Amino acid sequence: MSDSSSTKKNVLTDALDLANAASMQRRTLLKGSAGVLATGMFPAIHAQEKIVLRYLGTAVNQDKAIGDKFKADTGIEIQYVAVTTDDVTKRAVTAPNSFDLIDTEYFSLKKIVPTGNLKGIDTKKIKNADKITTLFTEGKVGGKTVGEQGTAPKKVIFLEGEKSKAFAKSPTQFMSLIPTVYNADTLGIRPDLIKRPITSWAELLNPEFKGKAAILNIPSIGIMDAAMVVEAMGIYKYPDKGNMTKKEIDLTIKTLIDAKKAGQFRSLWKDFNESVNLMASGEVVIQSMWSPAVTAVRSKGIDCVFQPLKEGYRAWAAGFGLPATLSGRKLDGAYEFINWFLDGWAGAYLNRQGYYSAVLDTAKSKMESYEWAYWMEGKAATKDILSPHGDVLAKTGSVRDGGSYENRMGGIACWNAVMDENNYMVQKWNEFVAA
Amino acid sequence: MNTSIQSAGQAQSDLSKGQVSPFWQITPFNCVFILFFIVPLLLILMVSFWDFNEYEILPDFTFKNYLSIFDGCLNTQEMCVTLKTYLSTFKFCFTVWLSTLLIGFTLAYYLAFHIQSAVVQTALFAICTIPFWTSNVIRMISWIPLLGRNGLVNKALIESGLVQAPVEWLLFSNFSVILAFIHLYTMFMIVPIFNSMMRIDKSLIEAASDSGASKWQTIWNVIVPLSKTGIIIGSIFVITIVMGDFVTVGVMGGQQIASIGKIIQVETSYLQFPLAAANAVILLSIVLMMIWALTRMVDIRKEL
Repeated sequence: MSDSSSTKKNVLTDALDLANAASMQRRTLLKGSAGVLATGMFPAIHAQEKIVLRYLGTAVNQDKAIGDKFKADTGIEIQYVAVTTDDVTKRAVTAPNSFDLIDTEYFSLKKIVPTGNLKGIDTKKIKNADKITTLFTEGKVGGKTVGEQGTAPKKVIFLEGEKSKAFAKSPTQFMSLIPTVYNADTLGIRPDLIKRPITSWAELLNPEFKGKAAILNIPSIGIMDAAMVVEAMGIYKYPDKGNMTKKEIDLTIKTLIDAKKAGQFRSLWKDFNESVNLMASGEVVIQSMWSPAVTAVRSKGIDCVFQPLKEGYRAWAAGFGLPATLSGRKLDGAYEFINWFLDGWAGAYLNRQGYYSAVLDTAKSKMESYEWAYWMEGKAATKDILSPHGDVLAKTGSVRDGGSYENRMGGIACWNAVMDENNYMVQKWNEFVAA
Repeated sequence: MNTSIQSAGQAQSDLSKGQVSPFWQITPFNCVFILFFIVPLLLILMVSFWDFNEYEILPDFTFKNYLSIFDGCLNTQEMCVTLKTYLSTFKFCFTVWLSTLLIGFTLAYYLAFHIQSAVVQTALFAICTIPFWTSNVIRMISWIPLLGRNGLVNKALIESGLVQAPVEWLLFSNFSVILAFIHLYTMFMIVPIFNSMMRIDKSLIEAASDSGASKWQTIWNVIVPLSKTGIIIGSIFVITIVMGDFVTVGVMGGQQIASIGKIIQVETSYLQFPLAAANAVILLSIVLMMIWALTRMVDIRKEL
């Protein structure tokens, strides 16, 4: 809002912003400020009120401990709004004033940024901005370029300006999202039920696991898993998995439909917890999975492995964005939260869950050296590895699936993607679900 | 009944005389109705003709959305997704309707005619409603540990030696979806049918048996016609719910079974609102036709 960007009277602008939030109509705006006056909330009183930030994201990243710790450190309260991956995008596009901070995946930026609902984040106000891992800024891990198929963060991380609806080709001062967590995903398996080594994505559609496999029902992610399988089976080699042509989409979906008709899938899942239940109950022995879900199955004492595969990983990354209308104290609060998040405590917390944090140096300083060695360097654990909640995740002597950070993130084959033919893809995906 | 018809006729002739006060009396309700029902519905109809891209809906007048829904439906070799999905939804709808009707009618009949004491009747009726005190998602999910591969039913079957390997079709199948639907929605049949039955004059049944009618003849010729209103109301509930459902089909079908509701949900979550609106308009017209057909069978307004 250009008319409310003056920060002289933070409070009034806050009130006006709230009014703007409902609608941009002048009438609503007047009503809103009238309401503030009517309730007798004078600026001086309002100014001392605590800041509450509405944090929109998926449940996976919204840990109560992180919100509590931040409140203890700064007095700013975080109010989690947990919805599904797809709904985060939907709300960012349709209701951009219903949150103060968004935690979304980089692939959804292709839908959100053109609406102008996000504000470019000024990296000058982010203390550790220059320490953000090169995976995001240059697409490199340990100096080596990794797979870029799909919506790789480096393609969408920089905006042309603070109020920009276009991605910048080269680094600028403004970032669309400040990375929070990211990981390389692969198939999760139950080694106790499979009883043989699994080395390829092709195993997902291996008839041996008929009725015991699952794939996730989020088209943007599921299609990439399917593409990895199609390539691994030697059916087709995509020029760019992350941006398929209609023909390639047809082929990929047909492969899935054939498998489904043959009874390959026990279930499809959409929610992180569903995948945990499928795996823990033994309904499924091999499936698309997310790292914390594997951790969750393991903390129930069930053997579950996030199996590295020879074709590489499907990577994803999420980050914090700011709604374009955010201003005043809430904006300052949001910047404070992002800075705090990159400062190490949260990073260490996430690393202990099997994710990776955006600024590695600060997280390292908040982790024990044996923890760092296990999680990041791929070394055998010298003590039992505990989750942030205190459950034993790995016994002394065990090694992390996939090894070190460089091995895992260096093995990225593709990223979750929104393709040019996305509408067609979703339509075909519905066909797969209906088949 | 006669008096109600008369008074209705009276009201009509009053209206024709130019007394508009009943209209004024229902104006507040009409306003609410128009604002929260008619207007949104018209908006849906309007948007179904709009165009869209990744992140915007674009005002337009195009049949594109409707065409893409029926894309490939002229293909005679394989049914298109839309028809296939409607067919499977209709199958669910019919099976569930028939099962809930039979179970609901039987239960209501037992409650209304076999239980003599009003206290016991109320208590049993309350027992029927108790499961509805919990959320329907919980009631649905509670089937999963029971029916799963390592669930209670399979464990019992294997231990008793009836089967060698776990029965797979118990969960994430058409069977589990129908089971959950019946469990969830039989109540919607019981209540209106029970209500109709309670208003049947007991002397009619005595008269039937005095005239020599057998039990079945009484049920078929006296009770069924007199509880028709309840049956139709219950049917409307069950049919509309099942036609639009996507949660039960999703959870119990392992997300592998399509339903129109599920398709609409996927479309809205990918911001394809015009497409979702077009699907909704089609679904709405089909359900309205079904309800219209049902209301032809009995004049609900008169019976109530």
